[in-house]
Amino acid sequence: MTAAGDIGTDAVPRFPRGVRLRFDRARARWLVLAPETVLTPDETAVEILRLVDGGRSVAAIAAALAEAFDAPVEEIRADVAELVADLVRQGYLET
Amino acid sequence: MSASAVIEQQQPTSVGRPIALLAELTHRCPLRCPYCSNPLELARASAELATDEWRRVFAEAAALGVLQVHLSGGEPAARKDLEVLVEAAETAGLYTNLITSGLLLDRGRVAGLAAAGLQHVQLSLQGTRPEEAEEVAGLRGSHAMKMAFAGHVHDEGLPLTVNAVVHRRNLDRLDEIVAMALELGARRLEIAHVQYHGWAAVNRAALLPDRAQVAAADATVAAARAELSGRLAIDYVPPDQYAVRPKACMNGWGRQFLVLTPTGRALPCHAAESLPGLDFPSVRDGSLEDIWYRSDAFMRYRGTGWMPEPCRSCDRREIDWGGCRCQAFALTGDAEATDPTCALSPHRGVLEGAGEGDDAAAFVHRAMGRRAGR
Repeated sequence: MTAAGDIGTDAVPRFPRGVRLRFDRARARWLVLAPETVLTPDETAVEILRLVDGGRSVAAIAAALAEAFDAPVEEIRADVAELVADLVRQGYLET
Repeated sequence: MSASAVIEQQQPTSVGRPIALLAELTHRCPLRCPYCSNPLELARASAELATDEWRRVFAEAAALGVLQVHLSGGEPAARKDLEVLVEAAETAGLYTNLITSGLLLDRGRVAGLAAAGLQHVQLSLQGTRPEEAEEVAGLRGSHAMKMAFAGHVHDEGLPLTVNAVVHRRNLDRLDEIVAMALELGARRLEIAHVQYHGWAAVNRAALLPDRAQVAAADATVAAARAELSGRLAIDYVPPDQYAVRPKACMNGWGRQFLVLTPTGRALPCHAAESLPGLDFPSVRDGSLEDIWYRSDAFMRYRGTGWMPEPCRSCDRREIDWGGCRCQAFALTGDAEATDPTCALSPHRGVLEGAGEGDDAAAFVHRAMGRRAGR
């Protein structure tokens, strides 16, 4: 996926109206609810999406995760940008 | 290890939780579409579930694991308490989607629905040209009212899906449907071929497209998807009359979906009442949990144990889940038969016998209080 190049590190992702990250108690897991769709993000995606609040940039999300998981920030920034780009393309996030 | 792996390991041995509830709030509707998915016997307003009954059902549905509720009908806005029901579903923790003709919702009511927490709107489109659309809908002036409604939805910032049912008379203008979805500001477009149950079965000759029409439509969809990637998502339900494998109807009987009729009967799919020998339980008599896990109606065709050969040993038995029971019954007279739209079905020949489309056939519009075909 080359889409990561489309999203700058200063881009601020947010969930558009009609798309919602939610913890589902019945299944004990995080889900993204969207029109006619339910997405089941993996653990990494959940950690990223929980930091999407319409205020934090890609860089800020990556920095927070790098600190929380004691991991190299460059690598995480690439992961965050790629996920955000992918979800923007599919309409589940906007910037 | 991902969380999804944990979920997948838990499910196959037990019955999964339902994901979505289709709540048919009423059969009342100002439109009279000849392919209406409501049954031929329409429920009266006086028999409909009351506001508090729906409130209880939404809470039970959420506890059972339902994530999304599709508020449908008939025309759901024919109920004066629609805004209250949206709020009740949202309060229960359900994602609310309104499936509407758009006809009874002025600017004020759309604002009220948005304020109640409505997440998403699906607007039905009967065609792109007023005369043609209104001949299908059976109501003069309806097209302009839909256009106005789409404007209100846009002004409220609510996400919009356009749903277009396609058939013999409008399939050749699929490109106009795509253009109209874009013009109305939709993010998604659902293009669904008619499914021949109930009213649509009565109108089969008038609605059934030719094979060449379907092939052209398939190509139009493929081109539009490529061109509009990222702008408009297109969901396309191809007709299975011309398919080699059956569709996974409802993703499997009693597997992810449940339908509640206006009077509170629980169905595994909206056409299931066309099947013989099934007693559909009512939410007025028991809990949704009992209905989902323990009722005969939901267990009858769940999983693969009920399947005849060649389905039972087929590699695709957990992909298409045996196709559509209502279609199998309508075409063969046996609800347990292999879906005749499967090339492996011994009944495949009945598809040809079911009749061709006919340009001269007139619509039989849906109507209250009289059965079509009599």
